[in-house]
Amino acid sequence: MKDYTFYIAAAYGFAALVVVTVIAKIMLDYRALRQKLTRFDNKERNR
Amino acid sequence: MLKYANPTNFLALAARLIPWLAGAAALALAVGLYLTFFVAPDDYQQGASVKIMYLHVPAAWLGMMCYMVMTSAALGTLVWRHPLADAAQKAAAPLGAAFTLVCLVTGSMWGKPMWGTWWVWDARLTSVLVLFLIYLGLIGLWQTIEEPAQAARAAAILTLVGVVNIPIIKFSVDWWNTLHQSASVFRLGGPTIAPSMLWPLLIMALGFTLLFFALHLMAIRNEILSRRLRRLSITAAAAEDPEVAGEAAL
Repeated sequence: MKDYTFYIAAAYGFAALVVVTVIAKIMLDYRALRQKLTRFDNKERNR
Repeated sequence: MLKYANPTNFLALAARLIPWLAGAAALALAVGLYLTFFVAPDDYQQGASVKIMYLHVPAAWLGMMCYMVMTSAALGTLVWRHPLADAAQKAAAPLGAAFTLVCLVTGSMWGKPMWGTWWVWDARLTSVLVLFLIYLGLIGLWQTIEEPAQAARAAAILTLVGVVNIPIIKFSVDWWNTLHQSASVFRLGGPTIAPSMLWPLLIMALGFTLLFFALHLMAIRNEILSRRLRRLSITAAAAEDPEVAGEAAL
């Protein structure tokens, strides 16, 4: 196991980084879009 | 299917499905990782480096499956003009690129200790790199063309042209002499992998697939909201209210 530890850790670490980045990007986009739509609705309502 | 052409119906369905898919994906990946590291034996030739395969192989499958999802969506755009087809296609491209990148990098991490090199211009590796470049091209195309309907048609045509690469990836190990090993799971005559290694691999693949569908639904939902915002922005601009239009465009 120990001979390959670096390669195994690097592979799983990279995959985790990519997956977490994709999840975070999608969730942050969703939050930003909801906020913009809410602001837009509020402005339309107050017109 | 037509019922979910209505974005409101689709958003309601997505809101119900996403938590279940995400929970099932987390459970499957947790079980898969436990089996990978604590139950599955080392390979008699590859040693512990075989543990990278439990990540590399599902990522490769997902990279190709995502492209087939995009191909179906491209047909939906061009043939049936389903309103959500191009949203599904646009949402899938970054996910496919991410899984294909994981496949390429983890393969490289395995290749260095096993083959003695990070990369070779082998038919399988090269065709997967081409798949990654097609994903990047599609993402670029969506970002380059401003008019969504025009971008959707152009991306759908490019997707249908690029699908020829999928059978090349699959059969490259049979058609050419490659360093990459031939199929050992999906092959005539059944899998050649021992069940103690096959089950962790299948459970990891299930986890990756569920994760993909959860992320895809989330990304389609974002695309629908983004289009709604764009539409509202255009309507406000048309009503000559620059304050509201500017806010929506931010």
